[in-house]
Amino acid sequence: MASAARLSLDKLTRRFQDKLAVDALSLEIASGELVALMGASGSGKTTTLRMVAGYEPPDSGRVWLEGKDITTRAPRDRGFGMVFQHYALFPHMTVGQNVAFGLEARGVSKSERGARAASALANVGLDGASPRAIQSLSGGEQQRVALARALVIEPPVLLLDEPLSNLDPNLRRSTRNELRATLRRLHLTALFVTHDQEDAFAVADRVALMENGRLLQVGAPEELHDHPVSRAVAEFIGRATFVPGAYDGQTVVVHIAGAATSLAARAPGRAAGTPASRDVLAVLRPDALAFATDGSGWAGVVTDRRFAGAQLVYRVRADERTEIELQSTDRNVHEGDKVSVRVVREPVPVVAA
Amino acid sequence: MKPEQRTSWALAAPVLALLLWCVVYPNITIIAGSFAHGLGYWREFAHSPSDREALTTTLEVAFGSVIAATAVGLPLAFILSRVEFRGRRLLQAMATLPAALPPLVGVIAFLFLYGESGVITRAVQRGLHLPEPPWRLTGVWAIIFVHAYTMYVYVFLFVSAGLERLDGTLDEAAAGLGASTQFRLRKVTLPLVTPALAGSMLLVFMSALGSFSAPYIFGGGLRVLSTQVVASKLNGAMGMAYVETTVMAIAAVGALLLLRWFERRRTYALSGKGSNTRITLRGPLARMAPLLAAALVFVLILPHAMIVLVAFARDGTWTTQVLPPQYTLENFTRMARDPQLWIPVRNSLWMTVLATIANIVVCFVAAYLLVRRRFVGRGLLQLLVVLPWAIPATAIAIGLASTFDRNAPAQLRFLLVGTFWILPLAYFVRGIPLVTSAVEGSLRQMDPSLEDAARGLGASWWLAMRRVVIPAARPGLAAGATLAAITAVGEFVASIVLYTHANRPISMEILAQLRNLSFGTAAAYSVLLILLVLLISVAARLLGGRAERVETIPTA
Repeated sequence: MASAARLSLDKLTRRFQDKLAVDALSLEIASGELVALMGASGSGKTTTLRMVAGYEPPDSGRVWLEGKDITTRAPRDRGFGMVFQHYALFPHMTVGQNVAFGLEARGVSKSERGARAASALANVGLDGASPRAIQSLSGGEQQRVALARALVIEPPVLLLDEPLSNLDPNLRRSTRNELRATLRRLHLTALFVTHDQEDAFAVADRVALMENGRLLQVGAPEELHDHPVSRAVAEFIGRATFVPGAYDGQTVVVHIAGAATSLAARAPGRAAGTPASRDVLAVLRPDALAFATDGSGWAGVVTDRRFAGAQLVYRVRADERTEIELQSTDRNVHEGDKVSVRVVREPVPVVAA
Repeated sequence: MKPEQRTSWALAAPVLALLLWCVVYPNITIIAGSFAHGLGYWREFAHSPSDREALTTTLEVAFGSVIAATAVGLPLAFILSRVEFRGRRLLQAMATLPAALPPLVGVIAFLFLYGESGVITRAVQRGLHLPEPPWRLTGVWAIIFVHAYTMYVYVFLFVSAGLERLDGTLDEAAAGLGASTQFRLRKVTLPLVTPALAGSMLLVFMSALGSFSAPYIFGGGLRVLSTQVVASKLNGAMGMAYVETTVMAIAAVGALLLLRWFERRRTYALSGKGSNTRITLRGPLARMAPLLAAALVFVLILPHAMIVLVAFARDGTWTTQVLPPQYTLENFTRMARDPQLWIPVRNSLWMTVLATIANIVVCFVAAYLLVRRRFVGRGLLQLLVVLPWAIPATAIAIGLASTFDRNAPAQLRFLLVGTFWILPLAYFVRGIPLVTSAVEGSLRQMDPSLEDAARGLGASWWLAMRRVVIPAARPGLAAGATLAAITAVGEFVASIVLYTHANRPISMEILAQLRNLSFGTAAAYSVLLILLVLLISVAARLLGGRAERVETIPTA
């Protein structure tokens, strides 16, 4: 395998008619790192990926590979492997011919092509699939052929556009674990686009969250979850109840159910800095809350109870303004019950109001 | 029998019976006729030098036309769908222009332009001070030249559509894997448009095989099968005409079966996010492109322009000059004054209206049955509606002429030859595949649960038909009826076999005026014909709402 390379996006910008699809986006990807570009549809993540691949010219900004400027290089000269959303497998070729295509384009001899395609297929668990027709493959197999085709050219960087979005939920779970294992084992630098946070968290070392063509926050999955820099990030990652409060640099004081409660608080990530004002929103994650049995915490009434597998999700109305969502393994609470809720994991994140 | 099956059969039985009677029966008459003396006629055919010549020439013309039409249509399709340059849109709009010329009119336009005394020929002769015309527009090359102009449109349309359907991410994926432009073209794009290309090439082959107008006008002493059939019939050698027709029809039906096989292989329907981007030209090529495009548009429009020009030339004055020397409105005003000159126009319009109405009714039912119903006999119906597409018009005409030449109701034969009705019947038969396939296309786009939903809401079969199915079929009906009407109004190949003086259509009048050397009058009729074709297209667009692009086009 070619050694994994360092990739750097420098103020990439792309405009479509009136819309700024990608707005001065900068991102460093270390050698061997798996980074997910995550965002809702229309956030500019696919356009960013296509600029990195060379299919879309940036209006301004640069792409660097191992310190070399490759902004104007044609896709065929970048040598990146790419896995497309619908896989883009050539329908008139067999599995083996698809995988060997990049080698054929490089003038590799027929016997070597066959051997390397076979080993790439073995890498993704498709030993012996070479002679099969593309049409005979299941969705998951097509995804793996697309991956093998991208890997066989030993790319310095692997790009994946929603590689899991066409798989059914069960297959998706197992495939994303395999994907991470394969990429780890081969020590590849990879950038992949997804709108699904479970995919992003399961595969990536770091997640870059995008909205309206800009990066909201870049960090490890836990960092995004525990230290969101803004309400937008906190809303996109996981679920949360936002409660207005006053922040003094150490604690946040919130008013719920007629009582003032002081909670240890964590300033948002460095990017946004400490909120300028004392008025903030405390981010109460459902998994940081629990029912209190000793009568402490906020009193309220259960308004909704939803079974979610290992846990139940409850909604508790504490006062007119506040309805809190929490997760619990306790199955004996029902709609209409009077309960009290307390914070069991501190510090809680705070974001600008 | 389930009630569903019963209604299917109640609809299918009359349609099948009608098609068996007017499509299959005449062909059986021909084949039976060819064996009237055992193998006698076939032996005669095999030993006749002129028939052998006709057969080889026909194949030369057919293969030559395929090569020429592909050589023009394939690059044009690639350039127009993959390269961006000034003038591209205009060229794209004009590229299908040759298909809008009625077959005989196109041939006459070429005669006026490139014939021995044509404008281009004389201009070149004068320009280069040659004692003789630089070329003679006769023989195999002349026929292939005309075919290249009219038939490249099939290749162009099929390949353009194939390129448009192509998933752009496939090209991107190949580029990302390191493939150069040429490598991608050779390994990805061309193999993927091969089914479309092969289909269009077969279509050209079929059209050229049965082509009559160009060999008839430019063949000189040359024999091809279609003209040989007509000559044999004129000489009263019906047995030979039957054998020649059978040979021609078998070759064409063979090509049709191959075409269907290719269409079934057209299974690549993947879609992705990628777009088919056009390369923008730079440098000197970008400056030359608009000029080349303009030149091409000029060549495409020249035949139409020539017809219009000659329509204003005074009859009998254009002798040795490059361009007609005297111009007049006489050719048109005479038509308005002389009721005799109006008869062919009235005939053509009437016969077109009758044939098209019959096409709309019968073909709608056939298409509905083919798309929405499963019943015994569906395969037969499917075959019957495409058959007249493959069978050359000359063969259709000979079949009708020899089946409906006597009154024998017991054999389901009626005397139609020599009456008004034989031509509308021929036009109707030629229109069947055009209208049926267009309506089928529209009905296939309709969500099949719509009709069920209407029935589920309590609508009767007829109400569901009227409010749901027919509106869904309307774009296809409009497009198909347009094609059928355009084919019928300018029809020449079947007409020359079947017309009588009383029901002579416009095309026969054009031919008569041409023989009379009244070029101006012939051109004036041609202009009228082009206007009628335009009028029909516009009317259909207004009636049918959004008109669909239909890939099948009537053949000459």
